[in-house]
Amino acid sequence: MIRLNNIHKSYVMGNSSLHVLKGIDLHIEQGDFVSIMGSSGSGKSTLLNILGMLDNYDNGSYHLSGNLIANMSEKRAAKLRNELVGFVFQSFNLISFKNAMENVALPLYYKGVPRKKRNLIAMEYLEKLGLKDWANHMPNEMSGGQKQRVAIARALISKPKIILADEPTGALDSATSYEVMDILREINDDGITVIIVTHEHDIAAMTRQIIRLNDGRIHEIIRNGELKNFQKSYIHGLETA
Amino acid sequence: MFDLDLWTEIVSALKKNRLRSFMTAFGVFWGIFMLIIMSGAGKALENGVLDGVKAFATNSAFFWTERTSVPHEGFQRGRRWNYETSDIDYIRENVKEVEYLSPRLFANNQSGNNTIRGERTGAFNVFGDYPDYFKIDRWTPVQGRLINEIDMLQERKVCNIGERVVEVMFEKDENPIGQYLKISGVYFQVVGVIHAETRINIGGGKKEETIIIPFTTMRKAYNYGNKVYFFSVTSKPGTKVSDLEEKLKVLLKDRHKIAPEDQQAIGSFNIEKEFVKFNALFLGIQGLTWIVGIGTLLAGVIGVSNIMLVIIKERTQEIGIQRAIGATPGTVIKHIVAESVFLTVMAGYIGLSLGVAVLEILNQILLKAEGEMFFRNPEVNLTMALSALAVLVVAGIIAGLIPAKRAVSIKPIDAIRDEG
Repeated sequence: MIRLNNIHKSYVMGNSSLHVLKGIDLHIEQGDFVSIMGSSGSGKSTLLNILGMLDNYDNGSYHLSGNLIANMSEKRAAKLRNELVGFVFQSFNLISFKNAMENVALPLYYKGVPRKKRNLIAMEYLEKLGLKDWANHMPNEMSGGQKQRVAIARALISKPKIILADEPTGALDSATSYEVMDILREINDDGITVIIVTHEHDIAAMTRQIIRLNDGRIHEIIRNGELKNFQKSYIHGLETA
Repeated sequence: MFDLDLWTEIVSALKKNRLRSFMTAFGVFWGIFMLIIMSGAGKALENGVLDGVKAFATNSAFFWTERTSVPHEGFQRGRRWNYETSDIDYIRENVKEVEYLSPRLFANNQSGNNTIRGERTGAFNVFGDYPDYFKIDRWTPVQGRLINEIDMLQERKVCNIGERVVEVMFEKDENPIGQYLKISGVYFQVVGVIHAETRINIGGGKKEETIIIPFTTMRKAYNYGNKVYFFSVTSKPGTKVSDLEEKLKVLLKDRHKIAPEDQQAIGSFNIEKEFVKFNALFLGIQGLTWIVGIGTLLAGVIGVSNIMLVIIKERTQEIGIQRAIGATPGTVIKHIVAESVFLTVMAGYIGLSLGVAVLEILNQILLKAEGEMFFRNPEVNLTMALSALAVLVVAGIIAGLIPAKRAVSIKPIDAIRDEG
């Protein structure tokens, strides 16, 4: 599904160059539920952006669903993003002058789906996420959790194979965060690969695999038994909360 | 293809910033409004002036006499002289380029009350003319007829009178035709009331206050002998009247013993020259209108482009999101350009309509205010309106394309991160 091979990425800022990713080798299978952790500056967001074809890499290779993602035109990248990837952002990034339904329907607009049909589909997704009654509300009339659910519905509507979430719970309180994580887990249960970036251990503990980045390299990958321990130590605090 | 989403997007984006959209649009609006008003006004001036002269034969020239300025053949300088009827005959026979030739005599007492009818008196400009004169400076009979060749041959005491003469010399409901006017002591029968089609004035005085009698009658009745005070000629098609004017001057100088180098003795004037001047003047006005108008328009367009840049900067994040969820650069550019074109064209259209409306109101006012107006029928031609509109569309595209290119040159991820 996702195959990263020795990925390097540097940001050039004036004269100095910042080497963010220093050779990432990663293999994520279809249906995985992965969190990427790391202290700030460890390169986790950069990695996610490369995975989402929002950014390009300098060296190495990246295969997504068998396609080599390299030197693509903006147009082709946009098309692949639309087909394969759904994005969920920390600050929701809804379009402020469109209501919930229109926001959800937007990816289909870029696919050329007629207005009536795409609004109908958007309503289905909103219903799935329990937001049917909020379809005609503008983003500024909704709570953070509701906005994030709208954003998730928008990410899902184009039936992506991967959901990429950049700190999806970063702007939410813990109760709402768990709701959002529950939704993401349900999505994962439907067979969609979910990759989230987070720095919260309790959130990461809810996923099935944790990739810890440190200084541009993969520090450790936690899964199976180790994951159990990880989960025990972090989920414990939540259950009492 | 009408794309509802595209338009709702555009309208909502513009609505969100009413003041800014308005100020932007105002730049373009003002540009096109001024262009229309100025060109309409220029055209009105042109119409006003040319309306007054267009019925005038443009191939005509006029000659009168002045005192000589150079001594010649025993004559001292400062001699007064006149043309003679023999000149007229000579020119008719020998100068083939002449189409019409019409000599004229003036009444010698133009200023005092020279016309009497019962208890009414008036001071009018009395001319003795050939019927050909009406072919050079067009007059139309409002009532009755123009003076003709038979009046000339029989030296009839008949006259054509201007509209003002009718007002002064007759009761309101009186029919002047067939009535008599005593002009400088001689009775003339009114055979026609005439209206001047042009405002070019040869010989002074208001055209409405003119009385025209046959040349031959005037010569005989007032004892002018073989004098001719003034004459008008038109050149045949294919001959430049300026050339004819020079040729006749040489010929007349020779016939009247005037030094060839005497610049003053023969007064002359040719309409062709004046027309060329007029045309150059109007061309100048039109050119100026366009330069100023396009300048103003350009300022408006630059304003739009500038504002679009600001909008794009503000909407960088939104554009980033759109691209993250599948908008291609082409789609983004299409949106921005459509927005810009929409803004410029709407503003331009309103400016165009309002400009035309103002001109129309002006026109109505001018139509009501009759009389000597050198400002007539302000109008905008369709070509100009359409080309202005085309300029607007192109300008709108350019104004949108520059910021749009900028918008898509930013990586989507940078755009999303842009929290400002």
